[in-house]
Formats: sequence, structure tokens, C-alpha cells
Amino acid sequence: MSVTRSVPLALVLAGAATLALWPLAAGSYGVDFVTKTMIYAVLALSLELLVGTTGLVCFGHAALFGLAGYAVVRLSPPDAAASIFWLLPASVAVAAAYAAFMGALSLRTRGVYFIMVTLAFAQMAYYVVHDTPLGGGTDGIYLAVKPVAAVGTQVLLDLGDARTLYYFVLGSLAMVFVFLALLLRSPFGRALGGIRINEQRMRATGFSTYPYKLAAFVISGAVAGLGGFLFAVKDGYVNPELLSWHLSGSVLVMIILGGIGHLRGAVIGAFAFALLQEFFKSEALFGTFSKHWLLGLGLTIIASVALLPRGLIGAGALLGNRLRRRVGGSL
Amino acid sequence: MDAATFLVQCLNSLQYGLLLFLVASGLTLIFGIMGVINLAHGSFYMIGAYMAYALAPFVAGTLGGGFFTTLALGLVLAVLLGYVLEWAFFSFLYGREHLQQVLMTYGLILVFEELRSIAAGDDVHGVAPPPWLSGSLPLGELMTYPVYRLFISAVCLVVALAMWWVLARTRLGMKVRAGATNREMVQSLGVDITLLYRVVFAAGVALAVLAGMVAAPVSSVYPGMGNQVLIICFVVVVIGGIGSIRGALLAALLIGVSETFGAVLFPQAAGVLVYVLMALILLWKPDGLFRAGS
Repeated sequence: MSVTRSVPLALVLAGAATLALWPLAAGSYGVDFVTKTMIYAVLALSLELLVGTTGLVCFGHAALFGLAGYAVVRLSPPDAAASIFWLLPASVAVAAAYAAFMGALSLRTRGVYFIMVTLAFAQMAYYVVHDTPLGGGTDGIYLAVKPVAAVGTQVLLDLGDARTLYYFVLGSLAMVFVFLALLLRSPFGRALGGIRINEQRMRATGFSTYPYKLAAFVISGAVAGLGGFLFAVKDGYVNPELLSWHLSGSVLVMIILGGIGHLRGAVIGAFAFALLQEFFKSEALFGTFSKHWLLGLGLTIIASVALLPRGLIGAGALLGNRLRRRVGGSL
Repeated sequence: MDAATFLVQCLNSLQYGLLLFLVASGLTLIFGIMGVINLAHGSFYMIGAYMAYALAPFVAGTLGGGFFTTLALGLVLAVLLGYVLEWAFFSFLYGREHLQQVLMTYGLILVFEELRSIAAGDDVHGVAPPPWLSGSLPLGELMTYPVYRLFISAVCLVVALAMWWVLARTRLGMKVRAGATNREMVQSLGVDITLLYRVVFAAGVALAVLAGMVAAPVSSVYPGMGNQVLIICFVVVVIGGIGSIRGALLAALLIGVSETFGAVLFPQAAGVLVYVLMALILLWKPDGLFRAGS
């Protein structure tokens, strides 16, 4: 294996090992924080499949995430724990079904129009949960009992337990990562890459691109739905903000910050985004100014666009080039 | 719905639609000519509204001026702001991908929102309309209609006409139209595209600020007001066709009518209605109603 490929692989494995050992070192706040961040990483990965691989900029991804979350709460029985064996597939199916509807219609448009149509479909979903009895209004709804994985009366996994949930989320993240990595190496994934680079040419070579793009949209929606399932189970509560365009925007920021076009970029971006938030929210560092934490976050985002056009992933290469140029110049 | 209520709703639709047009026209110009997706455009509307709130006491106290002096001062500040912002943040974005622009302008939203919070706090503030515009006109036997809302419509109409005149009848307008159709060609014909961009951007900011300033007495000023307008204005721009002022006007009025009457006739579905409308129009015409240059 060449150096250029083994370095990222080592990075991914080291990251996975760190995450696996984290609960041994961290307190309950740390575990909760990383659980949440890993859920956002799942969502970011699902968007990366559309934006980075297929070149479809979806500005409504939060809707798929949120709808799955609402499905978890609405489908759970009010007085007993639901089994994840049916609840997980069911909530993922809800997200995939809405993705199929959203994708089938919005893929007729392209470019900026596509961005806006996906936003429109997300806003529709937002107003449906916000304004109709189905969603419970602005206040959101609570999940009465968290789901379990049980065979007969033997409970295998109780997702109400923070550590069990942590490892369940970590396992889901790893599975999604491996699944997408394999998908990108498959002929299907190669075709998606071709569509991003030159759709006309793909069509000329005999690919019917629309079904490919729709399939990518539905797969991405299902993965986002998995994220929504995890989020609803973690918090035991859903509200319309899960479907808001702010979240769609934040996820886009995550993958751009990390570096578009790499799966690990999405995960790195999700963690970088979460850490930046924690950093600027820290009262120990900024005192009372920490309530204006969005200012620091915004300035960092602007600086990263100006200085790191290829995201954090590209930062290493950029730094290397600068150094080489400086060394070369001094010779 | 009786005749007077219907008339009031029509006037409200018109006023809301024209106000949206004012914000959206700047957005569509910046979109169409510079190819920049400016998510921060809603912030300019918010800045305008807060200017109306903050400048009015200053103008009345120190300068001894009235409502129009405040507007004029606000516009001067807006043009300056637009000019500086274009130079500092946008001028290096033109060659970049749309995604980078989305990220940058998203960052700007956060910065503006927090600066607003630091400077003016997070409370909702009312802004009083000037005394000579604060009356109401009787409509039918029972209803009245506030004069200030008619004034908003009038201001927007005047600005729309002025914009039409500049774009259709002046040399600058010719360059702007040409720039929307074929940027490279305009550049290669020797037009100073850097200056043109800066002027267009400053004008776009000024339009949004003006909209915010005249809307403040009706909407009051509150945190997050820019984002709400931003999303609706994107809908207007996309329905109208990117870069098309005509399209933006038609789409803004369409949205004004559907949102105002939607809120009266189907209160539960009012929020969804606009987006359903947009989806339907784009499925019928994937490039919007009017595409610039076609």
C-alpha cells in the first residue's frame, strides 16, 4: 500500500480507537458530548454522499434527520419500551420515503435551483410538524420510554443507559463509514463520482443518470434517518428545530469545514464544529462574553474559508506546500 | 369574507409583496451578476430595521432632522457598508465554488447576529412611525387601514420604478444587464468589472437596508428577523428566475398574496403554502418564471 493511502487509513483507525476508549477516560458530560457529535457525524456522512460524491448540494437534509426522530417518538408505544428491531427500520424507512419523494421531484432541477428546492421540501416538512397536531407544535414531544433490543424477556441493549448508547452510536458511525467507503469503491459509487464531474459525459457513455442520483438521495436519506433515530433516542425529545434550515446549514458547514470529497472530512468536520462551539461557549475562557459565542464561531468559519479553501483535510497539504516553497525560496 | 376585509387583505398582500421585492431585488442582482449566493442578505434587512430603531433618536436629537433624514443617513451608511463588505469579504469569493460562498456568508450571518446582540441586546423593540403617517384611513363602515402601510407600498413602488429606470434607461443599467447575461463578454469589452460589482453589491445592500428601515415600524425589531426574510426572499428569487428583476417583482407579489390570504383562509397550512407554490412552479418551469438574459 502506498504512503498516500496508508496515512488516511491509519488516521481513521486511530480515530476509531480513541473513540472506543473515550468513555473509560471521560465523565458523563464528555460521553454525552461525544455521543451527540458522533450522531452529527452520521448526518454529515449522509450529506457527504450527496454533496461530495454526487455533487448534489442538498440544503434540506435536516428534514430527513428530524422526520426520523419524530417517527421514533410517534411510533413508540406510550407505556412500554419499543424494540429497536422494528423501530429502527421503521424510522429509517420514514426518512428514506420522504427522501424518495423529495429527490424524485427536486432532481428535475439543478444548480442553485436544486439547493432551493431541497430547502423548500425541508421547510414543508418543518411546517407540517410545526403547525399540525401530528408534530405537537413548537414545544416538541417527549419519548416516554427509550427503546431496547430484547429477545424474549432478555434485554440485550438498553439504550436508556448512556454508555450503552455511546457504543451503539459509535458502532452505527463505524458501520455507516465502512458502508459508504465500500459503496464509493463499487461501480455504483464510481458512477456517482462520474456524475459529479461530468454528468453530460456520463449520459453519453450510456448511464441513465437520474436513477443513480435518486438512489444516492434515498440512501443518503436513510443514513440521515439513522442519525435522526439516534438523536431522538439520546435526547428522548424532538422539536421542530431538528428539521430547521439552521441544522441543514450547520451540517453543510461541517462537511465543508472538514473537507469536501472525503468521508473522513465529514467526521473531522463534525468534531471540529462541535469543538469550536464548546470552545467559544466556554465561560472559563471568555467569561460573560461566552454568551456571544456565535461571533467567534462565525469569524472562525470566515477565516477558514479564506485560509483553508479545501477544508481541514487540505490543511496539511497546504502547510506542506508553503514550507516547501519557503525552503525552496531560501535555497 | 366581505368586501372591506377582502380589500384590507389585498392591500396587505401588496404591501408585504412589495417589501419582499425590495429585499429580493438586491439578492437577485447579486446572484445574477456576481454569481454569489449571499446568505447574509437577510442580515442587511435586519441591520436596516435596527438602524431605524437606533438612528431615529440620534437624528431627532442631535441633527434635528425627521423621518426622511433618518432614511437618508441609513442609506448612506448602507452604501458604505456594502462597499466595504464587498471589498473585504466578497471580492475573493468570485472564482470559488458556490459551497465556499455558502460557508462564508453563513459565517457572516452569525457575526452580524451576534454584533446585533452586543450592540442592541436581545429584546424586541417597537419603532414608532413618524407622527404625520401614524393615522388610519376608514374603509367601509367598520374597518380602518393604517396610513403607514400605504406609505410602505408607495416607497416600494417608487424604488421599483427608479430601479426600472436605472436598469433600462441608463448606461450603468446597460452594463448591469449585460453583466447578468454574459459576464466574461462584458469584462473583455473593457468594463471595469471590479467597480461594477462593488456598485451593484452596495446597491443591493442599500435596497435591503431601506426595506428594513421602512418595515421596522410595522414589524418591530427583534433577533432573528433577518433569517426569516432571507428564506422567503430566496424563494422569491428562485421562483422569479435568478437575476431577473421582473421575475422577482412578480414572484414577490405572488408570495405576498399567497401568504396573506393563506393565513386567513387556511391558518394551519399557511406556512407550507409558499413552499408548495415554489415546488409546483419549479416543477413546471425548472428555471423560474423569467430567466435573466432569455
